[in-house]
Amino acid sequence: MTKHLLSAGDLSREQAIEILDIAEGMSNVNDREIKKLPTLRGKTVVNLFFEDSTRTRISFEVAEKRLSADVINFSAKGSSVSKGESLKDTAQTLEAIGADAVVIRHSASGAANVLAHSNWIQGSIINAGDGTHEHPTQALLDAFTMRKRIHGAQSPGKALDGVKVAIVGDILHSRVARSNQLLLSTLGAEVHFVAPPTLLPQNASGFKAALHYNLDEMLATEKPDVVMMLRLQAERMNASYFPTEREYARIWGFNAGRLGALKDSAIVMHPGPMNRGLEIDAVTADSPRSTVLEQVTNGVSIRMAVLYSLLSGERSADV
Amino acid sequence: MSKQILLKNAQLASGEVTDILVAGDRIVEVATAITAPSETEVLDCTGLVALPGFVDLHTHLREPGFEQSETVLTGTQAAAMGGYTAVHAMANTMPVADTAGVVEQIAGLGIEAGYADVYPIGAVTVGLEGKQMAELGAMANSKAKVRVFSDDGKCVHDPVLMRRALEYVKAFGGVIAQHAQDPRLTEGAQMNEGKVSAELGLTGWPSVAEESIIARDVLLAEHVDSRVHICHLSTRGSVEIVKWAKARGIRVTAEVTPHHLILDDELVRSYDAVYKVNPPLRTQDDVLALREALIDGTIDIIGTDHAPHPIEAKDCEWNAAAFGMLGLETAASIAQLVLIESGKSDWNRLVEVLATKPAQIAGDAENGQPIAVGSIANITVIDPKANRTVVAESASRSINNPYVGMQLPGRVIHTIYRGYQTVKNGELASRGRGRND
Repeated sequence: MTKHLLSAGDLSREQAIEILDIAEGMSNVNDREIKKLPTLRGKTVVNLFFEDSTRTRISFEVAEKRLSADVINFSAKGSSVSKGESLKDTAQTLEAIGADAVVIRHSASGAANVLAHSNWIQGSIINAGDGTHEHPTQALLDAFTMRKRIHGAQSPGKALDGVKVAIVGDILHSRVARSNQLLLSTLGAEVHFVAPPTLLPQNASGFKAALHYNLDEMLATEKPDVVMMLRLQAERMNASYFPTEREYARIWGFNAGRLGALKDSAIVMHPGPMNRGLEIDAVTADSPRSTVLEQVTNGVSIRMAVLYSLLSGERSADV
Repeated sequence: MSKQILLKNAQLASGEVTDILVAGDRIVEVATAITAPSETEVLDCTGLVALPGFVDLHTHLREPGFEQSETVLTGTQAAAMGGYTAVHAMANTMPVADTAGVVEQIAGLGIEAGYADVYPIGAVTVGLEGKQMAELGAMANSKAKVRVFSDDGKCVHDPVLMRRALEYVKAFGGVIAQHAQDPRLTEGAQMNEGKVSAELGLTGWPSVAEESIIARDVLLAEHVDSRVHICHLSTRGSVEIVKWAKARGIRVTAEVTPHHLILDDELVRSYDAVYKVNPPLRTQDDVLALREALIDGTIDIIGTDHAPHPIEAKDCEWNAAAFGMLGLETAASIAQLVLIESGKSDWNRLVEVLATKPAQIAGDAENGQPIAVGSIANITVIDPKANRTVVAESASRSINNPYVGMQLPGRVIHTIYRGYQTVKNGELASRGRGRND
């Protein structure tokens, strides 16, 4: 595996399956009474969060601790970054401290790439969400969740060939959608994006996904195995992307009626946190079809697998 | 008085090979086999091309206010190294060049530096804020004799203000140089809107935000019978609008930057902020349209939009980085690449786009003169066969140069500015032209 995880598109099919398989093993660890492995003992991992995201940070932190890494949480709020310290100075500081890996969340697209390709820092960089660009560990945990629902105990070694995945909502600003279309297509799945035209890029020809405006029509014609609802960010609400939240919920929200239109085996996913009543209603969110909490659980296993893949190779080279 | 300079066996843009004798600040003889008078510096120009000194209509010299990026001195030194003998300094300094006092200060700094003529461009609106017209008349009547006005960096967006400015400058033969960018359509914009921006998750700068302003402004110029100059055209659609306007007889001139002629938005995939510029790098299709338009005359000139920035403004995440890139020291090479190496045009056209036309648009009588007896001795001598790898070190104070590592054709060997050699054998003169040179 490569040194960094910046984009879901960096992973080959074999590498992606390998991470999913390692995560299977990690999920077994997570079911034990003592949920701990010594793998990253003596390694320092920094969670560098320039943007609030308690969920993603906690998930990484748990993963790091279960692998016995030394964990430092560096939050831009309350640190010198808010006083105008640059990404460069922060990175160089972490390098001076001796970070083996940096998990970075940043509001600027490409921030993880800049960090990885600068010579400011030598450690592995894991992209935990960069602006509206990518969120590769989210895509991995989503793929893991789909694979587990579809293949169950037979999951190891399997990809997602032929699985139809519909991703619905604010595609334009979604790093989850961008990472998912890359990873899912690598794994052989067929991706469909559904959104109001205002929330699709003006030119989406580079996306490995089919585009739809009409959710009901897509559900009827494509009969997806997976429907993934995206969170609608508050800042989109008053920026003329759509007239009102009510109209959005009616046309692009997921609800009991649409749940009924799915085939029996289909699942509904959401990266969280959910806007209940907006992009997803309570009936759907709380139904057995919903994988929301499984995604959270699987997130820890996936992040353990990613950390293990990036950092333990280095360990064996050291020996 | 400068000593006399004799250029031997120089090839002119026409292809003719001749000697050129410079005495004082004038060209005094153009003929074959001139015998060097005593006290004459003789420059062997065999195999080299001698052209009128270049004129940049779009330079950011950054002084006053941003001297950490560039000064009038370092900017004009970079200009000299690029073969320029005149630059037009954009108004987005601090304070903004929106009063007679500031433009006179900038002009004075240019004379003091002595590496090129510095023509200050005046702001169209007070503080570039797009609300109230600046004292255009006072700047025109000042010692700086401003004729070009621009809010470059920002668009004169208010259609009424733009109309009035176009009308008002007719009183003193001025021209408005518009930075065409609809502000509402480009809020938070980071790069060209298209396939690449969609994949990179960077906010798009749509071509329509440029084209809609150009369309409006050529119609306004027609309506009030004035001249408008469009800065840094960057899209195929803009070319088509300008072509249409010219065919209709509208007095519009258009400029393209060197970078829009050879770089495209695929480079942004690196997230390297050296490629962040405004207007943004467009698609390869736009690049091809701009090249054709430069060759066929739809685009009149190359303006560098030389925009120095300190290291910290580029050594950061893309969104936090400043817009702009250097251009003065590479523009002639890019012009040669597009016009000469392509086999599609010639040195006469290169002279038009780099010297004659920009001087004409700006009304600089003392620049862009032909290489002929009686002309002011502004001469650039190029080695067209040279092939160079661009390096970061340059005469500019900044290093935000997107061409570092690229191979470019041609090299400026000598620059003669009003009879004074600012560049000799590729080396910058240690001092500029003084009052007694």
